[in-house]
Amino acid sequence: MIEFEDVTKRYPDGTVAVDKLSLRIPSNQITVFVGPSGCGKTTSLRMINRTIERTSGTISIDGDDINSHDAVTLRRGIGYVIQNAGLFPHKTVVENVATVPKLIGWDKRKAHGTAMELLERVGLDVKLAERYPAQLSGGQQQRVGVARALAADPAIMLMDEPFSAVDPIVRHQLQEELLRLQRDIGKTIVFVTHDIDEAIKLGDNVAVLRVGGKLAQFAPPAELLANPADDFVRGFVGQDRGYRALTFVHPDELPVKPLPDELALQDGVPVGWRNGSEELLPLGAVFKRGDSLRAALDAVLTSPTGCGVCVDDNGKAVGVIDQSTVAEALRS
Amino acid sequence: MSWIGDNLGLIWEQLREHLYLAILPVILGLIISVPLGYVATRYAWLANPLIAFGGILYSLPSIALFIVIPAVLGTKVLSTVNIIVALTIYTVSLLIRNVIDGLRSVPPDVRQSAIAVGYGALHRVVAVDLPIAVPVIFTGLRVVTVANISMVSVGAVIGIGGLGELFTLGFQKDFLTPVVVGVVLSLALALIADVILVTLQRILTPWARVATPVAEVA
Repeated sequence: MIEFEDVTKRYPDGTVAVDKLSLRIPSNQITVFVGPSGCGKTTSLRMINRTIERTSGTISIDGDDINSHDAVTLRRGIGYVIQNAGLFPHKTVVENVATVPKLIGWDKRKAHGTAMELLERVGLDVKLAERYPAQLSGGQQQRVGVARALAADPAIMLMDEPFSAVDPIVRHQLQEELLRLQRDIGKTIVFVTHDIDEAIKLGDNVAVLRVGGKLAQFAPPAELLANPADDFVRGFVGQDRGYRALTFVHPDELPVKPLPDELALQDGVPVGWRNGSEELLPLGAVFKRGDSLRAALDAVLTSPTGCGVCVDDNGKAVGVIDQSTVAEALRS
Repeated sequence: MSWIGDNLGLIWEQLREHLYLAILPVILGLIISVPLGYVATRYAWLANPLIAFGGILYSLPSIALFIVIPAVLGTKVLSTVNIIVALTIYTVSLLIRNVIDGLRSVPPDVRQSAIAVGYGALHRVVAVDLPIAVPVIFTGLRVVTVANISMVSVGAVIGIGGLGELFTLGFQKDFLTPVVVGVVLSLALALIADVILVTLQRILTPWARVATPVAEVA
């Protein structure tokens, strides 16, 4: 657990970036700091590895004051991922990933072996290992950044707007992979973003900060959407928070209706809707059993017939739902 | 032509002296400029005064420097130390700008992540900042090396000038061959030195000439 107690950062010119911040970041979960620019989220993150020194207050990791050891040792035990990855341009991909293991004295072979494993783990082709960062796409660089942060197997990983400079499709992939990775590794991750959707998607807990570095609310995302603490948080989580809250509703079993004749199938996999003409109407989104209500509603809304198709893990259609099914699930 | 054959020993001797007088100051200047440049990036207010001071030093006429240095250092007028000190001053005055610019060329997010992964201050300079600064520093090294090779000849006026002494010899005897030999050899020296530096830079910075990224999804 990382604990902030009355932490304040005041710059020499008098600007207060973080104001008496107190919060507990639980271990083995993703905690997201989110807020508008100037809310001190990045400053708060960087105070954890002391790349920014706080003015007052204490920060402790598992009860240990972070100032009880020297800063360089502290940093080697904390993974760090930055926007644009911040890879070393003069080192190859594998050398970049092996940086921290080498700094803490592993021999080159072991460091490189671990680095190669991590490249695979973050979904990179190991053929890229001998390339230089400039030869990679933004998304690939960001994966290398994550691998570098994890190389020495730190308990904590700090991520400072890691996905904000890549395009939306790649960002979506990277987010999914971070969640998948986190299911395996269970690190204590502190993640900074200005994007509330990203915060809600990734966070087990979300800390909403307001300008001037004050904590507005600290809660799991579902709680944040359902009960915003005040107008600032309500405004920040956005107008359609009701719809987005459906992300956290997982009905055990939506009662599906049998497949209608209009649904065109190919080996059981839905491919479109028949409407009498040669051309099939587009299928729309589908959802899987166990998906959130948001996914189910999305399937209903994007289907040309108003019927959302439910598929199994192999993509085969098992049934359909309509608006009333969703409404029924919401009432219960 | 027979003059060349008769004086091979002399020519070789002057060539070696020329090389020594030109290259040693480059090495000394580099050794001085790197820490100086690093200090100037640590204490940013120092950088611009240092670069300006370097500019002034470089504008001092070399002959004046060759003559003033013995007076200041107490060396003999005919000591090679004078040339070496003068050219080292020129080297530092030129190179300091490139070292500072080179260290400044390290992208802020690269520096930030170098700190965050746990490089100590000095280790970071050696392992991250300086390697990234190499291309910019080498641009300066190439200029200063060629400049030094041409400037050594000026020393002939005060009696130590490597290949420049062939010029004085030629003028004194009103005889063109030594002058031509001197010119050709110092040109060749400058050319070879530049080729060596370019090659060295390519070996040191394989990362600087990689192709642009291949478009691939994530």
